[in-house]
Amino acid sequence: MTPQRAIYLDHNATAPVLPDVAAAVAGALELGGNPSSVHRFGRASRQAVDRARAAVAALVGVPGTWVVFTSGGTEANNLALTGVAAGRVLVSAIEHDSVLRAAPDAVRVAVDRNGVVDLAALDASLAQHGGDRALVSLMLANNETGVIQPVAEAAAIAHRRGALLHCDAVQAAGRIAIDMGALGADLLTLSAHKLGGPTGAGALAVRDGVQVTAMLRGGGQESWRRAGTENVAGIVGFGVAAEAAQQGLARMADIAALRDEIERGIRDIAPQAPIYGSAARRIANTTCVGMPGVKGETQVMAFDLAGIAVSAGAACSSGKVAPSAVLGAMGAGASAAAEAIRVSLGRGNTAEEAKRFVAEWKTLYDRTRRLKAA
Amino acid sequence: MVANGTTAAEKLNGDNRPKLPIYLDYQATTPCDPRVVEAMLPYFTEKFGNPHSRNHVYGWEAEDAVETARKQVASIIGADEKEVIFTSGATESNNLALKGVARFYKDKKNHLVTVATEHKCVLDSMRHLEEEGFKVTYLPVRKDGLLDLELLKGAITDKTVLVSVMAANNEIGVVQPLAEIGEICRARGVFFHTDAAQAVGKIPIDVKKMKIDLLSISGHKIYGPKGIGALYVGRKPRVRLQALITGGGQERGMRSGTLPTPLCVGLGAACAVAEKEMGAEAERLRMLRDRFYRQIKERLPDVYLNGDLEHRLPGNLNLSFAYVEGEGLMMGIKDLCVSSGSACTSASLEPSYVLRALGVEEDLAHTSLRIGFGRFTTEQDVDYAVEHIVSAVKRLRELSPLWEMAQEGIDIKSIQWTGH
Amino acid sequence: MAYSEKLLEHYENPRNVGSLDKNAQDVGTGLVGAPACGDVMKLQIRVNEQGVIEDAKFKTFGCGSAIASSSLATEWIKGKTLDEAEQIKNTQIAQQLALPPVKIHCSVLAEDAIKAAVADYRAKHARKDETAPQAAQ
Repeated sequence: MTPQRAIYLDHNATAPVLPDVAAAVAGALELGGNPSSVHRFGRASRQAVDRARAAVAALVGVPGTWVVFTSGGTEANNLALTGVAAGRVLVSAIEHDSVLRAAPDAVRVAVDRNGVVDLAALDASLAQHGGDRALVSLMLANNETGVIQPVAEAAAIAHRRGALLHCDAVQAAGRIAIDMGALGADLLTLSAHKLGGPTGAGALAVRDGVQVTAMLRGGGQESWRRAGTENVAGIVGFGVAAEAAQQGLARMADIAALRDEIERGIRDIAPQAPIYGSAARRIANTTCVGMPGVKGETQVMAFDLAGIAVSAGAACSSGKVAPSAVLGAMGAGASAAAEAIRVSLGRGNTAEEAKRFVAEWKTLYDRTRRLKAA
Repeated sequence: MVANGTTAAEKLNGDNRPKLPIYLDYQATTPCDPRVVEAMLPYFTEKFGNPHSRNHVYGWEAEDAVETARKQVASIIGADEKEVIFTSGATESNNLALKGVARFYKDKKNHLVTVATEHKCVLDSMRHLEEEGFKVTYLPVRKDGLLDLELLKGAITDKTVLVSVMAANNEIGVVQPLAEIGEICRARGVFFHTDAAQAVGKIPIDVKKMKIDLLSISGHKIYGPKGIGALYVGRKPRVRLQALITGGGQERGMRSGTLPTPLCVGLGAACAVAEKEMGAEAERLRMLRDRFYRQIKERLPDVYLNGDLEHRLPGNLNLSFAYVEGEGLMMGIKDLCVSSGSACTSASLEPSYVLRALGVEEDLAHTSLRIGFGRFTTEQDVDYAVEHIVSAVKRLRELSPLWEMAQEGIDIKSIQWTGH
Repeated sequence: MAYSEKLLEHYENPRNVGSLDKNAQDVGTGLVGAPACGDVMKLQIRVNEQGVIEDAKFKTFGCGSAIASSSLATEWIKGKTLDEAEQIKNTQIAQQLALPPVKIHCSVLAEDAIKAAVADYRAKHARKDETAPQAAQ
């Protein structure tokens, strides 16, 4: 049974597929050929993949030859961190698990109270651990708080210290303009389903001359950097989504207005409610906000009953709700961190929906306070 | 499948003339079955949730769909759904099975056994493991493509952690004796992995009866989508492995990354259709294949079948058309989509290592074509294909200096070739 | 791989397919390549007393590019002197047929086949000339 459509405010977990993308994917599913086959069915699939490659490359301002398609952001991050022959790996403390787990021995660089990586600490850490060809991994925007990291500055520091820089741009892509050259990133991760494309497709953009050893071995696909028959339909959808994302950047101001509306509404209700990273530059669609005295999990359930989908912590944790390591790294206490939820907006959200969210937030907050008072 | 605006499915309802081009490359990939596409489409649009979002209805809906798909995949191989994890495809499944098991048990055992005719991704994973210090035995095959079980028995040592033998070969379609191999491995306490990308949905497989511990599945080889596969990881005896892709800890920690709900649904639907129709489909394909092979043999001399005919996928033929180079032949039959060598390597001009492993001479290996019949192949397609191949082979033999020599009774092997 | 119109045209309608009597004094035969490598070209020339190639024939075992390269080669050498024929470069053949990079070796083979046929013809005549050394050079 199809559940009743709710208000979806969990775009950082996954974004609904755009109608154009769905149509392109449906069309591509009919493209039967294996892109490695030389006959016309194969060539048609190869062309579709190559067109998408150009579109994805254009989203981050690089040549198509830099793009390695993967099964998603997680694989791309794993490929970057395990595929580059680096001496030492340094990561920020707020990276996604797919970075942290892929480099379990990495040096973790602290972030400040606003959730921004400490560049002086990075520099010092590189000076101490750098040595021969270190690899720094720093995300462009955090998945929980939306805080934008100073990647270009970090890349300059890394390069000065002879290190390479990998940037997980999964949450930033389609929300802010990305120029991989201007960022100075040597490797950059993208995911299709965070920007309106289908799940199951992602990419690692690799600067010319940076050697990446394949994690999946077999056929010579993706210039020997990623074996396996290409997910043609997924890649085609990724390409269409990348084009749409580029065009959609202009509408980010509207989404920022909605987000600001929500934050203003919450501050009016509860001035002491923490909004994490609000002092820093953030992507427009994300707010991470604590409701004093109410566990995040409780909030998520209450919102769900009210027909609003939000999340506590990251969705990837497979149901295990652990206190957010990101908020912890920003200096939030365990109990405060446990009271935070993430609201992430997308193209489809309306001012009406934002108002309803704030109203539900107030209802829940007032009810809890009444219960406590009683 | 669309080429020149024609879908393969439409052909079934069309008139007697086959729609061109004719797709006869079902071992490279299969078109997505329209029923599979139909099952998937809602999950691209209104049901778009992340299956790992456990706290709202979008997530639950996606999770339900993924779990139904997991059951469908488990069912076709006789497994429990808890034993199935989703991957991005058979290449990843094979990489994960081999590297994952080898690395997990590396303190106790350091030896793996495989076969020379395995898919490239198995062989390349093995080479990767050799670079890491593991020992690997590559067993030869007999002339018919089958593994000699005595050789296998002899290759297993106390240090052997895993034996990997593919269920059905991608080039020659030869089906290995899985149950016997499973028996040997179980008796010696060695894990048995099989790359069943070509076999699942084509021939019956039962992981319990065949004593298979790990099994790789591909979506796009069974009329499902590309970009999805599965790995069966047995629980009795329990197989443990080290993840290749780490992160969110999805798939019980064995494979991180957001599950692509529509693709999982597609794989599940493809398995469900295949399980239901496999018996009738296999019979139909065997009939088509035999019809093709019989006509070719009647009308052309010097055509050789590579690999055993009996122990073979119903939809596969691999033929050497002596004295005619395979790629040149493919150009002459451009309304037929077939392959010379395997798709993954057809950009390189090396003769097939699989055929070489069978002892097929290099000159004959260069004359081979893989012809794959599948769900949307019709009798008309087969007859048309025969006509075209026969006339192209005859024409190219008239052009072939080797054919001329053979007719003059000159032994090609007696000539000092220059090579280049 | 996309092939040029010219290449496909030569493949579909190869020129000068056939064989000349390899034992004839005025015939030179070049047989290059190897079955194990996937290409064999046999290219033959009939040369008149003025040293001009009057006729050329070929047979090729190989891919479409190899067939087209040898077909084109026979077309080009007809009417040329031996010295002129030897000047033909593989790059000219590759360019004319717009061979993709992985197929350049086919044009190399065609150039080799021309050279081998010319050499065979010259060898035959050198042997004949040994009995009349004054005619050498």
